[in-house]
Amino acid sequence: MIVLLAILSVFINPEFYKIALTVATPLMFASLGGVFSETTGVVNIALEGIILMGSFTSVVFTYLTGNVWFGVLMAVVSGIILALLHAWGSIKWSGNQIVLGTAITLLAQGLTGFLMEPIFGQPGQTDFVGKIDEITIPGLVEIPFIGQVLGEISPFVYIAFGCVAFGWWLIYKTKLGLRMRAVGENPEAADTLGINVYAIRYFGVIMSGVFASLAGAYLSVGEIGQFKELMSGGRGFIGLAAMIVGNWNPVGAMLASLFFGFFGAFSNQLQSLQEIQVAANVKSLFDTIPFILTIVVVAGVVGRSRGPAADGVPYEKHD
Amino acid sequence: MKKMFQSIAVPVIAVVIALVISALVILAIGKNPIEAYGSLIHGAFGNQQAIIDTLIKSTPLILTGLAVGFGFRAGVFNIGAEGQMGIGALAAATFASNFGGLPPAIAIPLTMLIGMVAGAGWAAIAGFLKAKTGAHEVVTTIMLNSITTYIASFMVTGPLATGYGSPKSPEISTSAQLPILMRVGAMELSSGIVIAILAAVFMYVFLNKTTSGYEIKAVGFNPYAAEYGGISVSKNVILAMAISGALAGLAGVTELMGVHHRFLGELAGGKGFDGISIALIGQNNPIGIIFAAILIGALRTGSNEMQFMGVSKYIVMITQAIVIFLVAADRIVRAIYARKKVEA
Amino acid sequence: MNETASQVRHEYAVEMLEITKKFPGVLANDRVTIRIKNGEIHAIVGENGAGKSTLMNQLYGLYHPDSGEIKIFGEKKTFVGPRDAIKAGIGMVHQHFMLVNTLTATENVVLGNEPVKGLNFDLKHSRQVVKELSERYGLYIDIDAKIEDMPVGMQQRVEIIKTLYRGAQIIILDEPTAVLTPQEVEELFVIMRNLQKDGKTILFISHKLNEVMEISEKITVMRGGKVTAELITKDTNEREIARAMVGRDVVLKLDKAPHKPKDVVFEVKDLQVRDNRRLEVVNGVSLTVRRGEVVGIAGVAGNGQTEFIEAITGLRKVERGHIIFQGKDVTSAHPRLLREMGMTHIAEDRFKYALIKPFPAYYNVLLGRHYKPPFAKGAFLDHKEIKRYTAELMEEFDVRPRIIEHLGGNFSGGNQQKLVVGREIKANPKFMVVAQPTRGLDVGAIEFIHRQVLRMREQDVGILLISMELEEIFSLSDRILVMYEGKIMGEVRPEETTIEEVGLMMAGKKLEEIRGGKL
Repeated sequence: MIVLLAILSVFINPEFYKIALTVATPLMFASLGGVFSETTGVVNIALEGIILMGSFTSVVFTYLTGNVWFGVLMAVVSGIILALLHAWGSIKWSGNQIVLGTAITLLAQGLTGFLMEPIFGQPGQTDFVGKIDEITIPGLVEIPFIGQVLGEISPFVYIAFGCVAFGWWLIYKTKLGLRMRAVGENPEAADTLGINVYAIRYFGVIMSGVFASLAGAYLSVGEIGQFKELMSGGRGFIGLAAMIVGNWNPVGAMLASLFFGFFGAFSNQLQSLQEIQVAANVKSLFDTIPFILTIVVVAGVVGRSRGPAADGVPYEKHD
Repeated sequence: MKKMFQSIAVPVIAVVIALVISALVILAIGKNPIEAYGSLIHGAFGNQQAIIDTLIKSTPLILTGLAVGFGFRAGVFNIGAEGQMGIGALAAATFASNFGGLPPAIAIPLTMLIGMVAGAGWAAIAGFLKAKTGAHEVVTTIMLNSITTYIASFMVTGPLATGYGSPKSPEISTSAQLPILMRVGAMELSSGIVIAILAAVFMYVFLNKTTSGYEIKAVGFNPYAAEYGGISVSKNVILAMAISGALAGLAGVTELMGVHHRFLGELAGGKGFDGISIALIGQNNPIGIIFAAILIGALRTGSNEMQFMGVSKYIVMITQAIVIFLVAADRIVRAIYARKKVEA
Repeated sequence: MNETASQVRHEYAVEMLEITKKFPGVLANDRVTIRIKNGEIHAIVGENGAGKSTLMNQLYGLYHPDSGEIKIFGEKKTFVGPRDAIKAGIGMVHQHFMLVNTLTATENVVLGNEPVKGLNFDLKHSRQVVKELSERYGLYIDIDAKIEDMPVGMQQRVEIIKTLYRGAQIIILDEPTAVLTPQEVEELFVIMRNLQKDGKTILFISHKLNEVMEISEKITVMRGGKVTAELITKDTNEREIARAMVGRDVVLKLDKAPHKPKDVVFEVKDLQVRDNRRLEVVNGVSLTVRRGEVVGIAGVAGNGQTEFIEAITGLRKVERGHIIFQGKDVTSAHPRLLREMGMTHIAEDRFKYALIKPFPAYYNVLLGRHYKPPFAKGAFLDHKEIKRYTAELMEEFDVRPRIIEHLGGNFSGGNQQKLVVGREIKANPKFMVVAQPTRGLDVGAIEFIHRQVLRMREQDVGILLISMELEEIFSLSDRILVMYEGKIMGEVRPEETTIEEVGLMMAGKKLEEIRGGKL
């Protein structure tokens, strides 16, 4: 009974919702990246590596220049470069997109590990280099509860929501979005109408690099102000799961990310509850919750959601 | 003959290109790539001890390479060899410290069986979900990898904790340890390498000579046609994942039984992921995989020596990434190859 | 959509001069010259593989001629891609529609040429434009429906509107009637005449001679990549065209032994099946097949045949109803059980179902029986026996090249089909499902396969033939059933019915209604 009340107390604590949002933010970026790439028909599991590279690059340039936002900008550049590499292998050379994504993730892991010592003089993790502070929204912060959740929070949370809105508008309301959807569904048809299938696909993949790198920047300079090896921690893959659950729609992917965020926050809060007396080692079992949840949700949903018909299929002009 | 040459040409050229690009990376941080590679080769093959070390490192890599390669042949991408290897070793370690009363003739196969069953079961979860719900095995096996990590850390800090030093399991019974094949200095080459080669033979025979192998390949190439031909796609997807997982689990147990003799918090240490590059370099062919595993094993061993001259061993990971990229987009390599031919 | 003066006045809308196009191993077009007069409906006929589609794809900029010249309204043109062809006033309706299934009719029409309002895509304006075009030419469509929710005939009209939206003066229709009922074909012809009245030039690609005779003014006949005849429709006849098409007088009738059906081998009762989108596409089909008879199912593509075939062969779940094979209820049974019991299946989609392209011939002929003697000894394959058997099969069914190691995907279409037919026949079936057995094959292969089907009939095998080709249905079947929207419209005997009657059933009229005298 006490345990049950304690669990309930988690849900009335505004801090819980704030944590949920911060857990969801990188997933929102990552899943939006997945939506952009796969809408045009390119599967991008390189997201995981792009996130990691984004975390690293933003810390490096923050460290070198002292300007955190410049760090974020360079993270985006790094994301674009890795995404371009994926696009080049997938689109121009019709490589197996899943294997290419794996290669790029491995490349990011290798590069970040390799460059740690020359740049920071130590392996594993960097020192604190500076971070982007939470912003306080006047007015909003005074509102009870909501103010405690949203009034003072990392600007990345707002940027993430902004990106989702932008993504939805671009894909469903513009000429470019119409073409993206056409190319992912039936590239041959788009081609016969004079649409440049390759250019559209490059665009989708590059945008996925932009968003995924923002996820990475958030994890390092947005949240803790330092880089740790392998800190992306599977978020690229969970983001892809959110994309599938969200039926390849930016808003759906956002909702799925928030769902994952709430469960992440829940398992996190559960561990710190004093009422549930668990040995320290058992806590690591709580950490499996988001991953188990991802498996369950993907398995439960995948039959009913439907991705673009030409997703993952290289397009080759005949002749 | 020509066909065989061509199938070898792509991975070989890919490795060469990757080494060249890595050399440029080494150059970029102000080190001499020739010296770096020199120490790498010396570290891997410079003396008897180094060679033994390379073979020790190659043993689990052959098995994870076979695991991933077997999956590819069956049309599944088992990116979860890492977790299956870990869970296999963990399960075996949990039981094998109590096998003191058993003779080796029973303890050794039993321990191996536990590890293989654990790996197979872990992978079969992903196979089952793919077959029944369509959940992609890449997503599910990656999640299972993460879950494995936390379970392992729970086990070595909890039920299996030894109570001293870094978190680890107790040593497994001597009767469950693999016999040593050769000893040079501190290096002990266990009979695990023989097991790995036998596994390669198994994969060859299974895929090329048996009706089950025929079915698994048919499903991998064209699941619709397989079903039409009366071959159950779901059964074979699960079977393929299970066999792949069993091979990865075997990689875990040979490490446990032949090298560390205990479970050390983290066991796979990237060897499961190495399986992907090895399978691709080996073109999913058992013999190719053995050679590719020795190549990656040598890079891993040699990179320790290279590290002494200030070139991080992560360069090996970069090299591997480039190789995987080039083999996946093999037309890049073919295009380069074709151009070379025209020029010549 | 203002035509320039030259477009209006020039005598020829299209001139393709000395066009040659090679593909690896095939000379697809061999110095082909055709001239199409402005404002005419010009038919291009030929068998599969005659080079019609290749020629048209070059006119539309999808392929580039190796040599030769293309003139549009007298002006020499070089098309880098379809965009250039569209700009020159050419529109093409492909045999396989080039539509994006998940987008609406309107979105499909404007795609690539979208009206915009500020930064946004202007849906309102697009809808209006599409509506106007649809009304002007009598091309009825639902402008807000998604393509995947439309009947095929409507999808085709969307395709035609697409070309008009882009200001096409020359419209290429590539085999447009293949997917239509005889009645829908008539509607299409009305639309074509409307377009002609409006000054459009139409290239009509077909291999159906009666249609060509009805709609065209001129006919170009192609065979083996060359033009073999240029005819004026009113001065020629079907026999003359046919001769130019195949290079010899066609044997249209097969010798068929009298119909001597035995006991019932296969029965379907009130079958209901859903498609991948969970729609009920087979809705209450019942039929029986006896040993020694061919039961034909006619119908336009997309009326539930595919799902019906999949259901009775164990490849798709049955929602309701029963399938009885040799007296045993085999509803939703696994394909392996059905094969064990003696059912084999020549699948309509060779590439999806019947063939494993990366497998050599000797593995492909094994499919379905690979686990049994003589091909398997315990858990192992008997490669020696497998190879011997493959060589025998390839000889018997004349599969070329006779190389047992040749990969399934590397055979030509006709030889792939012979390999499949051989495999399914040599399994000694008691009942065969034969679906679209001759799609995309040349005359020789068609004849060969038809003879094989009749041979099985004489050996008292029960055969269920599903085909979109009415001619095939008429010449092989002992009884004909017509399927429309997942239901059987009626059963007739080929000698007691007419193409018109079957056509009406294909369009959704029940046999009782037709014979009830109302029509």
